[in-house]
Amino acid sequence: MTSTSSREKKRGWIREEFGSPERRAAYYMVLPALVIVVAIAFYPVLYGVVLSVTDSTIIAFGSFTGAENYIEMFQNPDFLEGLSNTLIYTVVSVALEFVIGLGIALAINQAFRGRGLVRAAVLVPWAFPTVISAAMWRLMFQDQVGIIQYVASTIGLINEPILSDRTLLLIGAIVVDVWKTTPFMALLLLAGLQTIPTDVYEAARVDGANVMQRFFRITLPLLKGAILVALLFRTLDAYRAYDLFWVLGNRELDSLSTFVYEGVRISQLTFGQGNAAAVFIFVTAFLLALFFIKVLGMRTSVEE
Amino acid sequence: MASSTTGSAGGRSVLNEVLFYVFLVIFVLVSVAPLIWVFKMSIIVKSELFATPPTILPHNPTGSAYAQIFGDPRFQHALINSAVISGVTTVVCLFFGSIAAYAIARLKFRFRTSVMTLILALSFFPQVAIIAPLFIQFSKVGLINTYWAAIISDTAFALPLTVWLLVAFFRELPADLEEAARVDGATTIQAFRKVIVPLAAPGVFTTAILTFIFAWNEFLFANTFLFDESTQPVTVVIPNFATIYTVDYGAQAAAAVVVTVPLVIMVLIFQRRIVSGLTAGAVKG
Repeated sequence: MTSTSSREKKRGWIREEFGSPERRAAYYMVLPALVIVVAIAFYPVLYGVVLSVTDSTIIAFGSFTGAENYIEMFQNPDFLEGLSNTLIYTVVSVALEFVIGLGIALAINQAFRGRGLVRAAVLVPWAFPTVISAAMWRLMFQDQVGIIQYVASTIGLINEPILSDRTLLLIGAIVVDVWKTTPFMALLLLAGLQTIPTDVYEAARVDGANVMQRFFRITLPLLKGAILVALLFRTLDAYRAYDLFWVLGNRELDSLSTFVYEGVRISQLTFGQGNAAAVFIFVTAFLLALFFIKVLGMRTSVEE
Repeated sequence: MASSTTGSAGGRSVLNEVLFYVFLVIFVLVSVAPLIWVFKMSIIVKSELFATPPTILPHNPTGSAYAQIFGDPRFQHALINSAVISGVTTVVCLFFGSIAAYAIARLKFRFRTSVMTLILALSFFPQVAIIAPLFIQFSKVGLINTYWAAIISDTAFALPLTVWLLVAFFRELPADLEEAARVDGATTIQAFRKVIVPLAAPGVFTTAILTFIFAWNEFLFANTFLFDESTQPVTVVIPNFATIYTVDYGAQAAAAVVVTVPLVIMVLIFQRRIVSGLTAGAVKG
């Protein structure tokens, strides 16, 4: 009885969805985009998971080896270095970008002359290809012609060449990322600030709230949505960083992504470990996104 | 901070005003300084490049580094390859992205939210996770080392951006447009093509700029799927210049400047649009 009626109900919505020409048109319209996304991204992820538990190579599919690739990966010092570099880079650069970006957004959240010029200037680093900014900064870090190397060693800040010291390189990578992405962070936060109605501040001032109280009680809570969106985007972007590490470090500075790239594309011997690391990045990035959405309560509504 | 919360400019003191502009000038300088410095490196002669201490202003500006890289067929090819890959990616992505975005923004169907979520989820995707599987798939169908390998993968990963922006722009149009078109006897597709697309043209244009920048800057897929200089874009070729022109830093600097010039021009002309596009999502989130 119930099964018949539920079957009828099911047939009912199928008829409703595909019977109406408008709804049918909607499905035809989203289909190509869905096919591209599934074929080029979601299917390969599953295929990557399969590769990671086999002894496949780039040219031949291998046999099942269980967790072996993962065990070897966690014992590989290159992977561990890539992991720690990525974590330090992500936490430090996103934190700096957030603090500086919020400061800039608060400062320029007003009408002033030359606003268009400022906006254009801050967009310049953002629009650069990451590899080109990395190449530019590499020239400035250069020990023979680099201005930063020259200034830093003249004032006694460092005494070794920046490009041959991994710690300095990692700091350099953070500097480049902060330079390149802080404006983007500031723009996102500024857009959030502009949605806060000014009469809220007026009311608070009438009630005797000082600057700090207004910032912590009004600005921050009302800005929470924009902050979470900006932080999530930046965190995941930094976490998967490949271009900057590859070019700035000239293949000598490891991140998680460069470890994968080297495994699957350069070295024939670590193809399995590279795939294990690829799955590792995917799963951890997914968990990070989930953390922002569930724990921090980011609103992800895609409806109006 | 105080100035932001006061909002109105009326009560600001002259000192505050001065400090504010000093801050702005420093901020703008820091943003553009590396580009200016690298530009300076590209127009000075070798002896000056290696001078200690470095010169601040160029003594004898020269265009020889530019003549050198523009005369290099590797660089010419790379520029053409970049233009082809990002141009085709933009067109393909806007075509599929706009029809999908229209359905999501203005038509009713059961899986609307799921479809949007699935496409947007891709923007959080670590691309490096799929380079090995994609490499194997592309090899099977003979796409490795062709433009298509880069175009197809760039298109997939630009789609979330394209669809997100277009959905935002399409939703801004008045609600009864299609109704009116239908009364005149137009089908859904005709209403989209003849009414919505022309009206949303500014938004579609903004989306095209951002998609183009995304594809022009892409590096990982190009560096994975394209082997030789016949198809490699500038993002892949320029870092290699560090090896080709080992100590010829002037040429490396000139190449970096040339690649960024189209982007800087685009940013200067379209800054208002770009900002409105970039923040379309954040404001609503």
